[in-house]
Amino acid sequence: MRENATTKVQDEFEIVIGLEIHVQLLTASKMFCGCSTRFGAPPNTQVCPVCLGLPGSLPVINRKAVELGLRTALALNCTIHPQSQFHRKNYYYPDLPKNYQISQYQYKDHPPLASDGHLTFEFDGQARTVRIRRVHLEEDTGKLVHVERDGTVLYSLVDYNRSGVPLMEIVTEPDLRSPEEAREFLSRLRTLLQYLEVSSGRMEEGTLRCDANVSLRRRGEPLGIRTEVKNMNSLRAVEKALSFEVARQREILQAGGEVVQETRHWDERREVTFGSREKEEAQDYRYFPEPDLVPMVLDPAWIEEIRRTLPELPEERRRRYVEQYALSPHDAALLVENKAMADFFEATIKLFPQPKTVCNWLLGDVTGYANTHGMEFTDLPLTPEKLAEMLKLMEDGTISIRLAKEILEEMLATGKDASSIVAEKGLVQIRDEDALRAIVEEVIAENPNPVRDYRAGKEKALTFLVGQVMRKTSGRANPDLVNRLLKERLHG
Amino acid sequence: MADQITDLSAVELRERLVRGDISAQEVTEAFLQRIHALDPRLHAFLYVDTEGAIAQARQVDEQVLTGARRSGRELPPLAGIPVAVKDNICTKGIPTTCASRILEGWRPPYDATVVERLRRAGAIILGKTNLDEFAMGSSTENSGFGPTRNPWDLTRVPGGSSGGSAAAVAAGMAPLALGSDTGGSIRQPAALCGIVGLKPTYGRVSRYGLVAFASSLDQIGPMARTVTDCAILLNVIAGNDPRDSTSANLPCPDFTRALQVEVRGLRIGIPRECFVEGLQPEVREAVLQAARLFSDLGAVCEEISLPHLDYALPTYYLIAPAEASSNLARYDGVQYGYRAKAGDLYTMYARTRREGFGAEVKRRIMLGTYALSAGYYEAFYLKALQVRTLIKQDFDVAFQDHDLILMPTSPTVAFPLGEKVTDPLQMYLNDIFTIPVSLAGLPGISVPCGFANGLPIGLQLVGRPFDEETVLRAAFTFEQHTEYWKARPVTSDTVTRDKVKE
Repeated sequence: MRENATTKVQDEFEIVIGLEIHVQLLTASKMFCGCSTRFGAPPNTQVCPVCLGLPGSLPVINRKAVELGLRTALALNCTIHPQSQFHRKNYYYPDLPKNYQISQYQYKDHPPLASDGHLTFEFDGQARTVRIRRVHLEEDTGKLVHVERDGTVLYSLVDYNRSGVPLMEIVTEPDLRSPEEAREFLSRLRTLLQYLEVSSGRMEEGTLRCDANVSLRRRGEPLGIRTEVKNMNSLRAVEKALSFEVARQREILQAGGEVVQETRHWDERREVTFGSREKEEAQDYRYFPEPDLVPMVLDPAWIEEIRRTLPELPEERRRRYVEQYALSPHDAALLVENKAMADFFEATIKLFPQPKTVCNWLLGDVTGYANTHGMEFTDLPLTPEKLAEMLKLMEDGTISIRLAKEILEEMLATGKDASSIVAEKGLVQIRDEDALRAIVEEVIAENPNPVRDYRAGKEKALTFLVGQVMRKTSGRANPDLVNRLLKERLHG
Repeated sequence: MADQITDLSAVELRERLVRGDISAQEVTEAFLQRIHALDPRLHAFLYVDTEGAIAQARQVDEQVLTGARRSGRELPPLAGIPVAVKDNICTKGIPTTCASRILEGWRPPYDATVVERLRRAGAIILGKTNLDEFAMGSSTENSGFGPTRNPWDLTRVPGGSSGGSAAAVAAGMAPLALGSDTGGSIRQPAALCGIVGLKPTYGRVSRYGLVAFASSLDQIGPMARTVTDCAILLNVIAGNDPRDSTSANLPCPDFTRALQVEVRGLRIGIPRECFVEGLQPEVREAVLQAARLFSDLGAVCEEISLPHLDYALPTYYLIAPAEASSNLARYDGVQYGYRAKAGDLYTMYARTRREGFGAEVKRRIMLGTYALSAGYYEAFYLKALQVRTLIKQDFDVAFQDHDLILMPTSPTVAFPLGEKVTDPLQMYLNDIFTIPVSLAGLPGISVPCGFANGLPIGLQLVGRPFDEETVLRAAFTFEQHTEYWKARPVTSDTVTRDKVKE
């Protein structure tokens, strides 16, 4: 229903969406100190004077974080600024130990790490290009834990483990034209970040966070008043929240009202966005250059080296899968979208060089299993070796396709390999003609009517008889062989 | 014996320690004794680490001195020498308050880099010295824990903000002290207390563990009774620190090698802008006499011009408070230090800061917040940065033809307590000659160059960036040809103002 609403809006209004994406970088240590970035440690155990903002402490830039920022900027076709500057963003909040965040602000004379890039992707059968306004680095804040009783907050605690974790902010121009397109862009960007090994891209864990600016305008008119939507913790939530917000704004505009510029939060449970009740004042962050850090000057040779060593990116990989492995563009796209699965695919076809078969199994049964069990592909106990072994057993006729599906399910459930499952359950295909002939005799004796029908020319009756043989062998008989034996016997 | 020990310079103490004439414990106890005798009157210390210092001294005696004497190995440079540390420099487990109620009782979990280096050099840390709250002031009257008095006249200020360190050294309560200098906070109190104080080039000494006032100006430096002692202490604390991105990655010379009596051919510039209204006549005379002495010794003294000198003070009072407003935002009652009781977060923030900070700190936070605010940033903060560049260029031009710049450290000698504390602008004018040097990031030293009414006068010598050596050589030469540094304030237990005035 909401999709319909969106379509209708597109007729009357143009939707304008821009995204701000915060990405936790996959560094071992924090942005400005040596503390670990590991997720899930007991509160306040991964802290030091620097990330606690203790008096007298000073920040030192993490080179790895800069490298990951540069990798991203290059993959997004950005202009890298050879000299950039960190700034202080001043505001008070208990999760911010210094009451300023070290970030990069866009000034004319000291730009952020990179700017003016773009990402092109296919959407609705068309090539779409979204411009990237800037890519910059900053530090994450700590986390507040509110202790509540009967719905009221008794007190709040602060966990500084996350304080100082490196963040990269990617800001797009307002080039997205629908919630669906925004979702697709974000999905492509996430895949790209995973390929670059810059981010784990897990929105649910908050390693990738997205805020969206949304507005509507009548075609040809200047930009409308926007709202900023926050707290969207999945791709699905981004699409839903934006659809809701678009519908809400359209209703206001159609009634002749005015959209209020504000920050709105997505309520996942109620599936609505809501504004904070407090009146928002324009925040003055009093940005100024961080005097504790000298300007960051990048060696052009280093940038070149990063450019040269960029990994294969999703778009290239997709093209290669179509050309080299003759996968359909659709299958190639699905496979590439999940880097772990695509890597798995490549490892498997080295052992079992039938790309299409491997692809079908991965996108079919394996993905199906993961989806029904709510698991990530990487959580499955499957290895390329195990999958290849199973496919070989199938290819040489040891097991049938039907059996293979059963065996795979068991492999995924238990982590066992195919040959041991086959051995344990005696699932090897019966290809012994004499053994099968005896069963064929039995079936013919027990089913005189179908036998008569077949002999009278009803081809369909044969299928029934084959099925009876398969039933008696618990599916272990080779169907082709059974077919031949039955025909020989009935014609004979 | 005790008084004898406390009269000695660090060099003399070292000689006796090396020979085994005295132990580190004896030295430490002598200074502690003098602190206990004099400090109730002077209030140079905010914290005296009696037990820690003695324990440290024993350890040096047992592990360092004995071993070195036996094996003939070189002693660490400050083995057994007591040092007083300004209370805005972090000392692990020892209170560090910045003379602010808001940090009362806070014990840092880490040592500043300079303190680490002191400990590694075998120094004994006596305690923490008084200062203007967060180093904001020129008289140590802005301390949240009461002012320090000038050992030369207990009714007068010791200068500031490193007034505690200056008074401690002047009164023989410590042979060496660390100060910090943002706009003159080492040099001005050194001048007013008749000792030597060196502000190194910005970037020469690590700021890691120095509680920030204005990050682009703050610099830690040595204070002592002689130029040689300053050089020894500088040797220990100077050098690149990977934990401070603004510390210079340059090799550090042995500064004691610069201590030569030789200024022949040295070209010394004397800025005409310094000799203006407000300069005390005796100070003017002492400084010009110092210039004559340099000329007599073969240096070439010439009048020069620093045309933007007039703008230094307003420039400084935009940049330093702007940085301070951000640096001091962290004192909010959440994690450490003072927290006011309140029902909600923002009331807690407001009350904590209202009750925890003193008037001068609040004044500067407000100034700085204003200077950085939207709509004012360009007119104030950015403009100030541009003027700072012009002031730097003035010095660059002067240093094309000159090796050194000579000027007064402070326009007057020590003034009475309470005289300027209610008049911030008058107070700010104390630093009119030190602030431009800070804005340009240059090394500057203050050495005793005379007396007016029994109160010391300071001579300021300023060098090129990272040329502390020329500064030290000229200061040392001046010291060797004068006697002012030998004078000591009368600071017995029965000291009274009248006696000092005699």
